[in-house]
Amino acid sequence: MLVRVTTLSSTTSSYGVPADLAEATSSDSSLRRFLHGLPGVDQVGAEARAASLGTRSIKTTAKAFALDLAVRMVDLTTLEGQDTPGKVRALASKALRPDPADPTCPQVAAVCVYPDMVATAKEVLGDSGVNVAAVATAFPSGRAARDIKLMDTQDAVEAGADEIDMVIDRGAFLAGRYMQVFEEIVAVREACARPDGSTAHLKVIFETGELQTYDNVRRASWLAMMAGGHFIKTSTGKVQPAATLPVTMVMLEAVRDYRELTGQMVGVKPAGGIRTAKDAIKYLVTVNEVAGQDWLDPDWFRFGASTLLNDLLMQRTKMRTGRYSGPDYFTLD
Amino acid sequence: MSTRIDVRKTYKLYIGGAFPRSESGRSYVVEDSKGTFLANASYASRKDARDAVVAARKAFGGWSARTPYNRGQVVYRIAEVLEGRRAQFVDEVQRSEGGTKRQAEAAVDESVDRLVWYAGWADKLAQVVGGTNPVAAPYFNFSVPEPTGVVAVLAPQQSSLLGLVSVVAPVIVTGNTVVVATSATRPLPAITLSEVLATSDVPGGVVNVLTGALGDTAPTLASHMDVNAIDLTGAAGAEGVDPTALEVAAAENLKRVVRAAAEEPDWTEAPGLDRMTAFLETKTVWHPVGI
Amino acid sequence: MATKKTTSSPAAAFEYAPAPESRAIVDIKSSYGLFINGEFVDPTDGTTFKTISPATEEVLAEVSEASAEDVDLAVKAARRAYTRVWSRMSGRERGKYLFRIARILQERGRELAVLESIDNGKPIKESRDVDVPLAAAHFFYYAGWADKLEYAGLGPDPKAHGVAGQVIPWNFPLLMLSWKIAPALAAGNTVVLKPAETTPLTALLFAEICQQADLPPGVVNIVTGAGETGRAIVAHPDVDKVAFTGSTEVGRMIAKTVAGTDKKVTLELGGKAANIVFDDAPVDQAVEGIVNGIFFNQGHVCCAGSRLLVQESVADEVLERLKRRMSTLRVGDPLDKNTDVGAINSAEQLAKIKELSDIGEAEGAGRWSPACELPTHGFWFPPTVFTGVSQAHRIAREEIFGPVLSVLTFRTPAEAVEKANNTPFGLSAGVWTDKGSRILWMADQLRAGVVWANTFNKFDPTSPFGGYKESGYGREGGRHGLEAYLK
Repeated sequence: MLVRVTTLSSTTSSYGVPADLAEATSSDSSLRRFLHGLPGVDQVGAEARAASLGTRSIKTTAKAFALDLAVRMVDLTTLEGQDTPGKVRALASKALRPDPADPTCPQVAAVCVYPDMVATAKEVLGDSGVNVAAVATAFPSGRAARDIKLMDTQDAVEAGADEIDMVIDRGAFLAGRYMQVFEEIVAVREACARPDGSTAHLKVIFETGELQTYDNVRRASWLAMMAGGHFIKTSTGKVQPAATLPVTMVMLEAVRDYRELTGQMVGVKPAGGIRTAKDAIKYLVTVNEVAGQDWLDPDWFRFGASTLLNDLLMQRTKMRTGRYSGPDYFTLD
Repeated sequence: MSTRIDVRKTYKLYIGGAFPRSESGRSYVVEDSKGTFLANASYASRKDARDAVVAARKAFGGWSARTPYNRGQVVYRIAEVLEGRRAQFVDEVQRSEGGTKRQAEAAVDESVDRLVWYAGWADKLAQVVGGTNPVAAPYFNFSVPEPTGVVAVLAPQQSSLLGLVSVVAPVIVTGNTVVVATSATRPLPAITLSEVLATSDVPGGVVNVLTGALGDTAPTLASHMDVNAIDLTGAAGAEGVDPTALEVAAAENLKRVVRAAAEEPDWTEAPGLDRMTAFLETKTVWHPVGI
Repeated sequence: MATKKTTSSPAAAFEYAPAPESRAIVDIKSSYGLFINGEFVDPTDGTTFKTISPATEEVLAEVSEASAEDVDLAVKAARRAYTRVWSRMSGRERGKYLFRIARILQERGRELAVLESIDNGKPIKESRDVDVPLAAAHFFYYAGWADKLEYAGLGPDPKAHGVAGQVIPWNFPLLMLSWKIAPALAAGNTVVLKPAETTPLTALLFAEICQQADLPPGVVNIVTGAGETGRAIVAHPDVDKVAFTGSTEVGRMIAKTVAGTDKKVTLELGGKAANIVFDDAPVDQAVEGIVNGIFFNQGHVCCAGSRLLVQESVADEVLERLKRRMSTLRVGDPLDKNTDVGAINSAEQLAKIKELSDIGEAEGAGRWSPACELPTHGFWFPPTVFTGVSQAHRIAREEIFGPVLSVLTFRTPAEAVEKANNTPFGLSAGVWTDKGSRILWMADQLRAGVVWANTFNKFDPTSPFGGYKESGYGREGGRHGLEAYLK
């Protein structure tokens, strides 16, 4: 069965699931039927397509545009046991002014930290426009009871997190308990609500390195979108392989098709393993050609990364000065 | 006591599993090697040739879809039934070709053995001429031989049975169907062979036998757009046919052509694979390997 | 972050700036002689023709037109090289020459790719990533066969034919040259090859490569020219083996020319391949396969998937996805690394594509192309799809040899097979479905020499290639490809 791509009216059910998809999520068996009815992904063909997108040659004005856009899309991340307030403050400062030597350099999209570091990050970032994202739900393994995951989420939201990066229960997914995964995403999204009625934005991490197949990635994408995730995200960065171009492409196809079907737009965030400006540009080309220009915006596409930013900055400087720069000229935070 | 008058056989064509007379109503005199009258054989017309092609085409789908194991058994069955009528064939070959009884016996025996040899190839050839191809990318890639379709065969003029079997067996054992124009002057063993075919589990239309002069049938077969290949072997030394003209006509739909040798081959020699592979296509299939 | 579809565009569009490959790497001479007996020589009657860049109509070089007399000289050189040198050389030594050539093709790969794109009009990314690497791979593959021919399953002591006359088309000039020359030389034949008149330059550069490799004079001879030159090669009495890739019409003429001779012939001719998409296909890859099937090399591919057979139940969706994908194809400068679809090879071919497309429209099929700006000079045709096509339409039956796809629908696997096979051609076919048993059933039923299942337009030196029916006979590539050059 192929999913029809006629655009429907976006009437939504109580979960925010479009009416036509509400049936799909009405029971465990119908959810399974729906997900397994999605078109398959041929690994070889998908990887060949991603590789061909990676051969686009981006020069001059297009490259300058892409580098700035990539900077604006970075979720500058530190997710270490050794994270300290000092480290997080330094990272947040860098997020505000990635290249102190160049006032034209844009801010990044967000700083991504563990929940206990949200307040520290928020102190630095304030209402600068750079968001604070927190990983929650027993990140990275997701192996905890649901109420603990929900508390983890609420805690981060209360501490001021603008965005929550949750992990799905891969064990449940791989065991075929899709409804359990679905309901958990719905519950976490509800836990993202603030008392004022607004809500932290929810990114749903699949840990694609553990899902293994592109068929699973496509199913997880639809599952998360139907459950109301605002973003779908490849990886925690703690499992290899993390983000890859073909995995991201399959997810971009999913958000594209989901908008065709429901009119609703969902963002995509590859995270982990994207270290060079050259790689980032390949991702942007893929966004451009697979999902389309609407996704070329930090609201709809993010890079979960740390070292990527400095390479982007080096390339920016090269574009501006014509000289190749070196790591000594960029801050290490 | 009066001597018994024997009941003579009417030699007809063999088309689509039936034994019709020529639609033209024509027949021609077949004599033995000494010029004695043997029979009035049917004189196949252009229309008979076209009918035979239609029958062969109709039979192709089913025959080519049989398992090779099954085709091998059917061809082996021809050998069994032929062996059972050995005496009749020896007599008929000797009358057609002349020579000694021992020579005729050798030809019949070799014909049986040749059928057995080809029967065994049915389920082995694909392993010998096909296989997997180690492409430099994540694909499984394999090549298999497939029958080319309807094959027109001009059977040798001299060797009325062994030559005939040697050109027909390799064509059908791989799944082709055949329209064979027999030796013009020595057609009788071919018609008797048709009776063997008709009683050997060979589906009607797989082998179609035309007797008569090649002058009418051969150009029709060579130019027929629903014939996929043509074996011109019998054009060597045949009257009223120009092998080059036949090859030119065959080019119209790019038929696979086996040219006539200058002289009729020695049919007792080991045949090799060439007469089978000449009427095979190689099909190569690709599929990605992934999870 | 609204969950509604946004209408606001990003700050600036992501328009790819031109990324041209440098032409400086190639040195195109103002004129070229014929490559006979290891040297470039002037044609006996001095006739020349021009080869132009189809993307700009700029004249690239004057090329010699070989007369029957020149062809005779080339055949004599080939015969002499065969008798005196090549047939006496051990397979091991022959193989080393082929390995050398393979290496030089790699070393000069960028130069060959740029030259191919300039002369042929194909995108640099295809000449760079497909044509040239595959050409080198063919030489590597057959190099290894040269001293192993007795293991090829073609008898205990297979022998070369002698002189091979080879005529190749303009769609993959260097690659088709390698498909022809590599197995011929490995098997011990010498060669007289004619490249197509619109694309002679990489063959002439290949002649220089033969010189660099110190290939003995006369083993490879390159004669440039048009149809008359080709006819002279095919009809030459001292040519033992003819190999041709090109149109079915010319193939037919060749088969007639060699009738009654002892010449061996292999023909790789036209096609009208069905690319069959079932409702359970991996749809995104199927769309890629459709695009690759018909727009690869501007559709100048004999095995192009020019008939899309799509299961009726998903036809609208597949078509919608296909059109969206086609809208991202970049048509233009062949030397731009971001170009997906290059120039049509010649004015003549463009006229033929236009004519058949106009007929398609006149016959009532729905014509669609994405909005794309075509350059003002040169020969261009936008990627085009015709919907509502039936088997009776000429665009469903005739080989267009351009970026034009005809879309037909089917209801059942049996109907798909029936429609796919309902053509005098039989070169290739594609099948897209996630059901393994159906793939094998379809592969069995399709009367075509190559069946791509869940992929399309894949080539490899180890993989036999060639057609059923009017798509020709003989196979190129793999062990099977040796058969054509041995007796």
